[in-house]
Amino acid sequence: MHSRPRAADGMVAPVLSLRGIVKTFPGVRALAGVQLDLFPGQVTALIGENGAGKSTIVKVLTGIYQPDEGHILVDGAQTHFPTAQAAGQAGVTAIHQETVLFDEMSVAENIFIGHAPRNRFGLIDRKAMQDRAASILHSIGADLNPAVKLRDLSIASRHLVAIARALSIDARVVIMDEPTAALSHKEIGELYELVEKLKAQGKAILFISHKFDEIFRIADRWTVFRDGQFVGEGLMTEVTEADLVRLMVGRSVDQIYPKRPAQIGQPALTVAGYCHPTEFEDINFTLHAGEILGFYGLIGAGRSEVMQSLFGITKPSRGACRIGDDVRVIRSTAQAVEAGIVYVPEDRGRQGAVKGLPIYQNVTLPSLARTSRAGFLRLAEEFSLAREYTQRLDLRAASLDQDVALLSGGNQQKVVIAKWLATKPRVIILDEPTKGIDIGSKAAVHDFMSELAAQGLAVIMVSSEIPEVVGMSDRVIVMREGRIVAEYQGDEMTPENLVRAAVGINGAAT
Amino acid sequence: MTTATGRHIPDRLTSPASRALKSWEALLLIVAIAIFIVNSMASPYFLDPWNLSDASFNFTEKAMIAFAMAMLVISGEIDLSVGSIMALTSTVMGAAMTAGAGTPTLVALGLGTGLLCGAFNGLLVARFGLPSIVVTIGTMSLFRGISYIVLGDGAYTGYPAGFAWFGQGYVWWVITVELVIFALAALAFGILLHRTNFGRMVYAIGNNATAARFSGIRVDRIRFILFLLTGLMSGIAAICLTSRLGSTRPSIASGFELEVVTIVVLGGVSILGGSGSIIGVVLAALVMGLVTFGLGLLNVPGIVMSIIVGALLIAVIALPRLWSMLSRK
Repeated sequence: MHSRPRAADGMVAPVLSLRGIVKTFPGVRALAGVQLDLFPGQVTALIGENGAGKSTIVKVLTGIYQPDEGHILVDGAQTHFPTAQAAGQAGVTAIHQETVLFDEMSVAENIFIGHAPRNRFGLIDRKAMQDRAASILHSIGADLNPAVKLRDLSIASRHLVAIARALSIDARVVIMDEPTAALSHKEIGELYELVEKLKAQGKAILFISHKFDEIFRIADRWTVFRDGQFVGEGLMTEVTEADLVRLMVGRSVDQIYPKRPAQIGQPALTVAGYCHPTEFEDINFTLHAGEILGFYGLIGAGRSEVMQSLFGITKPSRGACRIGDDVRVIRSTAQAVEAGIVYVPEDRGRQGAVKGLPIYQNVTLPSLARTSRAGFLRLAEEFSLAREYTQRLDLRAASLDQDVALLSGGNQQKVVIAKWLATKPRVIILDEPTKGIDIGSKAAVHDFMSELAAQGLAVIMVSSEIPEVVGMSDRVIVMREGRIVAEYQGDEMTPENLVRAAVGINGAAT
Repeated sequence: MTTATGRHIPDRLTSPASRALKSWEALLLIVAIAIFIVNSMASPYFLDPWNLSDASFNFTEKAMIAFAMAMLVISGEIDLSVGSIMALTSTVMGAAMTAGAGTPTLVALGLGTGLLCGAFNGLLVARFGLPSIVVTIGTMSLFRGISYIVLGDGAYTGYPAGFAWFGQGYVWWVITVELVIFALAALAFGILLHRTNFGRMVYAIGNNATAARFSGIRVDRIRFILFLLTGLMSGIAAICLTSRLGSTRPSIASGFELEVVTIVVLGGVSILGGSGSIIGVVLAALVMGLVTFGLGLLNVPGIVMSIIVGALLIAVIALPRLWSMLSRK
């Protein structure tokens, strides 16, 4: 399995190959001599934990980063991609997790921005642009009107526009970076069909995903990276899920949720009659020490909004909460932290770590009152606090003085969690704690949550992933359209019950 | 860099000393020394201690405000009304002086007016969430407008003799009172920004205000305090300038805001917020002071001088960026 079957499956030569690619950032070796082969008419799945170097390799392939060492071979000939345009001309195109599109422009303009067909006066040939846009859209089975403004389209249709845009240059290599992350079940099915079409057209596809069911369904080959290193590659037919997981994490991961039975203690937080003019209404629940309380619901059910108001970001229009023995309304995040309620946000980029500040300063930010004396900083205390909590979370970083922006997403998440644990909170709210992070980190987060609850911390976990909710929670509250619609525990906590309550099917046991 | 299990993460990889050597501030220090040497060769009058002492008035008042402004800019805000705060403060003191107020009252009024103006700016920005650049462009016209209404073409003159100490007095030999205030302010703001929790929070807000708020920081309160401090320093600068000139006209300290911002930016403070240091601002103030003084000794006209200062600013800001672009290629 570790031998590279380049000659074995024979006749087909790779369209594009990377050899010995090294890319270093200050303090971090993102890629340490990796290789990758992409074959015409085949889907290669690139698998690896967060921080394995997947995003970096995509940027090397699309000309955004220049490798420090190594070769890029197109049809066996060595080449360079000094700019994104050069990569485009070589036929490499990428569909990103969040492609930048322009709301006020038409579908056709979005598809051809930067390389619109010209007429003989050098001006944009609108007719040709519309026709070509229509034909590309048709070829991927998306019959959208090219003249429609983008803002009038659904999220899924926008995604198709992004794909059409990627294909509007005559692509030979299509990179799909977590293409299904924002899609519904039906749309994912359509995407699979699209991938089949692209394969039939002989395009080489690099498919990056965390979802194993997806990889086994559409990929022909696999390549695994770990910590910036190439670990192995091969054919999907010759590998099992367990093999891949072992290669990814370098150990075998128990897929079973590590929820340990914890001693459920006194009520830590009681929320009574919380209301908000637009987002939620009449929220009542009690959270106990040692408990993991799951919050399930569809996107937009108001779960994050409730949590953010408990954390003092938005003020409730009515209601109060009891924390331990104090009844109070939290009016600011500072008050929430004082009361022992902390929140790990879903939007890590914007609300999580303070990029630009070093790791240790991020960790101590809410604990400065404790590490300082009379308002004056004490760096030794800060480093020791940061060291303690980053080690507990198994953070991977070059030094504690390193800018947190240089860390991978999963490690930034660890810094945020370390920051909150260092405040010794009573209640920790985790909003989609494992969204978009790989299987190894996921297990680590789950294990850690379980440990926290066992130590008597009250945990709220907002999650849209049913196995996670069912596997980790002692009790689950389901929200729909800003209201609590159901609560389950024990044997009633089944996937079927949760989904029925979340979508509002009658007959769900309440 | 292999990662072992148990993962011990070192505190630092580069020592603070080696970092300081490669810093912006080190470059500024070299520039300041170079200008000093060039000036002393260009004019025989430059190295005279009394001339240098007189020349320090070129920057002391602006630099006092620049320290507070640096913190404001690091937090991601700006205050363009500082020159106008000085005008209004000076006018209030002038009016009180004609009503017979003594030096202590004048100083108290000066500080109070500065604080009130800062509080007004801070309220609009921190409480009502308005963008600071818009708010302070507004108050820039507002504060100075009040001075014009009160004074018209006139002026307040005849400040008490004791009041002259702030702008004209000497503490020891050639060391002026303003120079001492400048040094104390540099020390106080240096400690506040670099050695206290407050300063740390200012950096956090400047790098990502949303994440700072999500870390339990009272972002609005800190922003308000920063405007208050800028107002206070403008008040102190107004006391010094009024005392030095011995009179108040409504056009007093006009254009100060841009010179203050110039010192701040030259000092290496990112105009986008999030980084910068007080030592950089001190050095930038010295560089500006030395350049204007040197050019003055050579009888360079004021208009040419402003061209040179502008070119210097662009050159010092652009060169490191050009350098890093070229070395990346």
